[in-house]
Amino acid sequence: MMLEKGTKAPEFALYATPDQKVKLGDLKGKNVILAFYPADWSPVCSDQMSLYNEILHMFDQYNAILLGISVDSKWCHMAFAQERKFHFNLLSDFEPKGAVAKQYGVYNEEEGECERALFVIDKEGVIAWSYQSPMAINPGADGIIGALENLQQVSTSK
Amino acid sequence: MTHQLTPPVGKGDHIQGNPNAPVELVEYGDYQCPYCGAAYPIIKKLQAEFDDQLKFVFRNFPLSNAHEFAVIAAMAAETAAKQNGFWAMHDIIYENQSRLSRDVFFEFADEIGLDVEAFERDLHNPSLGKKIEADFENGVRSGVNGTPTFFINGTIYRGEYDYDSLYQAIAQHIK
Repeated sequence: MMLEKGTKAPEFALYATPDQKVKLGDLKGKNVILAFYPADWSPVCSDQMSLYNEILHMFDQYNAILLGISVDSKWCHMAFAQERKFHFNLLSDFEPKGAVAKQYGVYNEEEGECERALFVIDKEGVIAWSYQSPMAINPGADGIIGALENLQQVSTSK
Repeated sequence: MTHQLTPPVGKGDHIQGNPNAPVELVEYGDYQCPYCGAAYPIIKKLQAEFDDQLKFVFRNFPLSNAHEFAVIAAMAAETAAKQNGFWAMHDIIYENQSRLSRDVFFEFADEIGLDVEAFERDLHNPSLGKKIEADFENGVRSGVNGTPTFFINGTIYRGEYDYDSLYQAIAQHIK
């Protein structure tokens, strides 16, 4: 089952570059968007990651950092990110394969890939919103933006 | 999830065809996207077929990292609008999509009869970039996830964008 709103986001540390890991706990104080996706190198124009790459400034307005996650290796991610000019980290859930995706309940055993799933985690490390999209459908970013907007409203009304 | 076009079509939009048409087709497009290029002649054919029953609106959704000339092309079309040349520029860009470059837009401006000097001056107006960004952000909020994305009478259209599919989707709104 996919982890839902109100659950503490499981900790992880995954490679973002060949020699650098990103640890979720280090991002406390920021909202974190986790975008699990099946595989690098999906078609360009409808590509979900290319869309997110264009709106990093919108995420930034909500003090949110985006992390893409798939089971591809760190070298594959590096080539993919360079070719597509991505300005955010792609994390490699590679060894043990899909371990983080399994913790979040979004690993597809049949395909051996992450599901296409989104999580917005608040500044305290609690899941504020999650959404799983059908494998072949690019979920866009409106759900993420909506969730970030809600978080902002909650924190300003406190 | 059903996605509604937000904000609805209004004064700041580029509108082609009968403003009171029963069907309003909005495209979020990228001038360098090959799929938008493929959709271009299909839309022309739909416009010819439905005539004053169809209103067409184009909003900008340039993927700047994927497509080097997408933003400058969007700026060129917005700039041409100042001389009432939006649609002429829009068309000439899609008709010459394979030969886009940084300088080709001046050639296009000349070809469609714009005052090229004024065009060049206006191209540097910072408000243009804001208009394009606003289109983009509104698109994202309305559920646009790539290009082209169409809205028919305000609701996102998730079907195929070949002629027959779009024809059916439009025709069902006409009594």
